Amino acid sequence: MDTSTAKEVKLVGLTKTFITSSRGEVHAVQNVDLTINPGEFVTLLGPSGCGKTTLLRMIAGFEMPTSGKILIDGNDVISKTPDKRDLGMVFQNYALFPHLNVFNNIAYGLKIKKINPKEIRERVLDGLKIVKMDDFAERVPAQMSGGQQQRVALVRALVMKPGVLLFDEPLSNLDAKLRIHMREEIRRIQKEFGITTVYVTHDQSEAMAMSDKVVILKDGIIQQVGTPQEVYQTPRNAFIANFIGKANILDGEILSKTKSAAVVSIEGASYTVPRPTTWKAGDKVQVVVRPEAVTLGKGDIEARLIKTVYMGVSQDYWISVQGKEFEVSDYNPAAKEIYTDNQMVKIDFIGKSLHILEPDAAV
Amino acid sequence: MASSPAPSAMKKSERWNNSFRQLKFTIRDPVLLISILSTLIVVVMFIIIPLFTILKESFLGTGVFSLKSYASIFKSRFNLQIIWNTIKLGVTVSAIGTAVAFLFAYASVYLKIPNKRLFNILSILPMISPPFVISLAAILLFGRNGLISYSVFGQRPDIYGFWGLALTQVLSFFPIGYLMLTNLLQNIDPSIEEAAQALGSSQSKVFKTVTLPLMLPGLANAALLIFIQSLADFGNAIVIGGNFTTLAVQIYQQGIGSYDMVGATALAVVLLMISILAFYLQNSVIGKKSYITVTGKAAKQRVLNANKKATIPVYTICMMISLLVITMYFLVPYGAFVRLWGVDYSFTLRWIKYVLTIGRRYILDTLTLSIIATPIAALLGIVSAFLIVRKNFPGKRFLETSILMAIALPGTVLGLGYVYTYNTPPIILTGTGLILVIALVIRSMPVGTRSGIAALKQIDPSIEEAASICGAGSQKVFTSVTIPLIRPVIFSSLVYSFIRGMTLVSTIIFLVSARWQMLTVAIMNQVDQGLYGAANAYCLVLIILVGGVMAIMSFFLNKMGVNVNGGY
Repeated sequence: MDTSTAKEVKLVGLTKTFITSSRGEVHAVQNVDLTINPGEFVTLLGPSGCGKTTLLRMIAGFEMPTSGKILIDGNDVISKTPDKRDLGMVFQNYALFPHLNVFNNIAYGLKIKKINPKEIRERVLDGLKIVKMDDFAERVPAQMSGGQQQRVALVRALVMKPGVLLFDEPLSNLDAKLRIHMREEIRRIQKEFGITTVYVTHDQSEAMAMSDKVVILKDGIIQQVGTPQEVYQTPRNAFIANFIGKANILDGEILSKTKSAAVVSIEGASYTVPRPTTWKAGDKVQVVVRPEAVTLGKGDIEARLIKTVYMGVSQDYWISVQGKEFEVSDYNPAAKEIYTDNQMVKIDFIGKSLHILEPDAAV
Repeated sequence: MASSPAPSAMKKSERWNNSFRQLKFTIRDPVLLISILSTLIVVVMFIIIPLFTILKESFLGTGVFSLKSYASIFKSRFNLQIIWNTIKLGVTVSAIGTAVAFLFAYASVYLKIPNKRLFNILSILPMISPPFVISLAAILLFGRNGLISYSVFGQRPDIYGFWGLALTQVLSFFPIGYLMLTNLLQNIDPSIEEAAQALGSSQSKVFKTVTLPLMLPGLANAALLIFIQSLADFGNAIVIGGNFTTLAVQIYQQGIGSYDMVGATALAVVLLMISILAFYLQNSVIGKKSYITVTGKAAKQRVLNANKKATIPVYTICMMISLLVITMYFLVPYGAFVRLWGVDYSFTLRWIKYVLTIGRRYILDTLTLSIIATPIAALLGIVSAFLIVRKNFPGKRFLETSILMAIALPGTVLGLGYVYTYNTPPIILTGTGLILVIALVIRSMPVGTRSGIAALKQIDPSIEEAASICGAGSQKVFTSVTIPLIRPVIFSSLVYSFIRGMTLVSTIIFLVSARWQMLTVAIMNQVDQGLYGAANAYCLVLIILVGGVMAIMSFFLNKMGVNVNGGY
């Protein structure tokens, strides 16, 4: 199978307002600007109801934007029906045609394109090889597991060599182990074909593992666009910090700053965060501390341990800091000292793993 | 939406703009636009406009707006009596019918008794037979020359009247309730009742405190359904009603018999209002109160009650009713070969010959019209269901409500509406075969729409979206994915439309003409003249035709079905 011609997707001021009888106007997507480069894997990530699926369905052509533009390779596609947009899509519940066998499911779109039967056959069988399901051509959907069905659905989208591939939470109906296996497979195939991909999920680990770029949405508004590292290490606001992984947010004060670093004081202890900030010295700030970025048993802050839970991979602690519960995950507990409830413990951070929320981050 | 929590309320013009954009979005596809428009036109022309014409005529029939026709109804003791008759009959039939339906449904789902298949066959019979069969048989059994009443007991009782009509209506309509209640009972999760038993409830207590309360909305629903059927019933009422007149019959007699059209329209409006009220109650008030969700999934197996105290009496009653109905269905074909019922029971082919010679054109006309109407009705039903479930367009709710309401529409009201609307320019259709086909289509399409809606709701829309993303236009999606997935519903609406076409009386009785005649009207005329032999023979022909065409249809559709399955 030769590679498809990957296309660019550009969303300009895209807005969708639903008018419902029970809740009045619902702003599902608000003024979204986003560019997805050719060949890029972009994830739309957010809690349920954040508008990510509506956004995807507008790109697909199933929903009508209230305003804004959808450009695919520079052409506005809003007036086009889904079948004319040169897209592939994989659905949450597989959406295989239950009355057709695997072969005919995959061949469905090729037949509509009136491709000659010999080539159809080749492309379908090649597609099945990619997902290692060569022997399944004659099966009907009801005879396959969820994972197998989703692979067929993936091939059905791939054989059309679409300019853009859309995924709507494709793995959420699968069990945990299969999910991890499938996400690696999808990513491998996507890289191999170099296909532009928009992937909707509410699972942040999926987004982290697969994406070139993660788009975090909340209430229909884009919160942050960045690589997995960027959104995890330098979240733009407390919502993102809490949504991607766990986060403790502590109050601090900027003691001094240079062009490329700032010194922040937390509970009287000071740390150098080696990143630029727009805050000025003396400003009160919020600092994001990841639970796994904390060292116990040393450091300048001492606090009371509230409770502890053994998780196997880690020993988790809840410590009272600044009147809030501060969470710590101490990995490889077998090699570490275990602290008990009500004990006073010392905690320490490395400046590099702290992140100061910027002034415009108010949520 | 006064309490709209939205941050910025849209202006009216913006709202307009929005729905205009939505419309443009929907009609990107010309095929879709055409289907929406044609369905809307059919509904408006042949459901809405005729009803409005009746309403208009009832006020303006004399040329100026007046309530005279209504005043005369409510002043006339005779008319008030008819309204009272209709309601009294409806309530009685609905109460007894629901009770019988529940007994049958409970027996078949909960009790360990034999012959359950017999009950199921029994429940389908009245739906596929002409509406007179039961009343005709009731006359043959209990009439003045009845087999039981006269030949056995030497009595000449008066079966014509309230109780005769109530009996035939109960026997004709309880099966609808039975099917509905069986479906509901099957969907009660047995573990709910087991939980009640585990909490210390005896079996009869479980019935009283759990099963019955759960069924209450369903029972009310069934009662209203039977009530609506009884209101609209024309066939039984005209055959066996005698001096006991109901609204459905009076509309016909006043409109066609006495040419008092304004009076007829006013009566029609009264009947229409009662039916719509019952329909509204059934769908809005009670429909939303259901505790049982019909999932279509087979629930866990229920442990059947084998307690003889319950099974023996219930079984006896059910069996007696079943035997009565089955006897009735044998009696009519038998009556077709009897010289003179009640007097001379010797064998004759006279009636059959009569029906096949003089009655031939009735048979051919009916067959022709039904065969034309059947595919149109089924197609319209499925397309409208598809539009209602899957598409968004202005007027969608109107379309859905109008079609579903048409199920509850009394046939005589619609017939009268057609006579009124299409008798005068700009469009004159009365006397043509076309108006008969339209009547048959409109009388059967709504049921197709309803079952289509139910079937489509079971199918994940993303399957159709997947087809669309694969490059299929809306027409291709419909033919290659939607239709194959709801094939059983298409088959059943074809069958239903055909049966309905062959057996409809109420609407078409206003529309038959010298050019086009219908079998059911012929049967009615024979009964009217007391020629039961000929009526029986017509019924027999009708039953054979319906059975035969059903068999042919299922044969061909199965063949086609294989093709649809193989490719796409």
